[in-house]
Amino acid sequence: MRDMRTPMARVRGLGSAHEGTGHFWKQRVSAVAAIPLTLFFVGLVVALSGASYEQTRAVLGNPFVSLILGLTLYTVLYHMRIGMQVIIEDYIHAGWAKLSLLVLNTFFVIVLGACALYALILLALGA
Amino acid sequence: MSQSTATQPPGRKARPLSPHLSVYKPTITMTMSIVHRITGGALYFGTVLVVWWLIAAAIGPGYFDFVSWIFGSWIGRIVLFAYTWVLLHHLAGGIRHLIWDTGAGMEKHTASKIAWATVIASGLLTILVWAFALMSRGAM
Repeated sequence: MRDMRTPMARVRGLGSAHEGTGHFWKQRVSAVAAIPLTLFFVGLVVALSGASYEQTRAVLGNPFVSLILGLTLYTVLYHMRIGMQVIIEDYIHAGWAKLSLLVLNTFFVIVLGACALYALILLALGA
Repeated sequence: MSQSTATQPPGRKARPLSPHLSVYKPTITMTMSIVHRITGGALYFGTVLVVWWLIAAAIGPGYFDFVSWIFGSWIGRIVLFAYTWVLLHHLAGGIRHLIWDTGAGMEKHTASKIAWATVIASGLLTILVWAFALMSRGAM
């Protein structure tokens, strides 16, 4: 059968959703990054189980721990934002509800990220 | 099944839709597929607990002790135990999907075995994580 796509559409290769495999790929890359970061986080929480406030502050203020935690939260927040976006797009079809939830999804992740960043900075500076 | 507006424009004659999920006997792969999405959705909100913990540590000893007390209460521990399993299950399921993305392990029986493996691995890992955590508290 003759290809119904225009030459331009074929070159862009974006398909009917106009984003090609971009979303799919971002989900996989953030997933790969999240594997070691999540394992580190679980190990950290186990190690800090039952630790005193001073011990917890000392560990969370360590530059290495602080940086890895920052990367973990960035990766996970990115991954969960695009994941929730797909869930919303799959189940909510009404225009305004869908649009509002997609915007709320973005706001939720940014607010969480800002809180986490602020806490990590305070912990790192020992303030 | 109700007819969604996406498939049945108003004013058109109702047409037969393809068979829906309910006509199939559930298999482990389809169950793990939806569980992966559900655990992902739960983790979305679970991240609030992580950020809450970091903020508590940043604010000071009084508030940190309060949050630790909540996390350490029996209801807090149930939530955290569930959170641990949900996280490890989504992790194992994610690794399974990454393997499948390469085209490997797609044969029917292999795929089912890998799907079962994620259930078993996440369960065992959850118990291990909690055993280590409780041991480091000196509670075991």
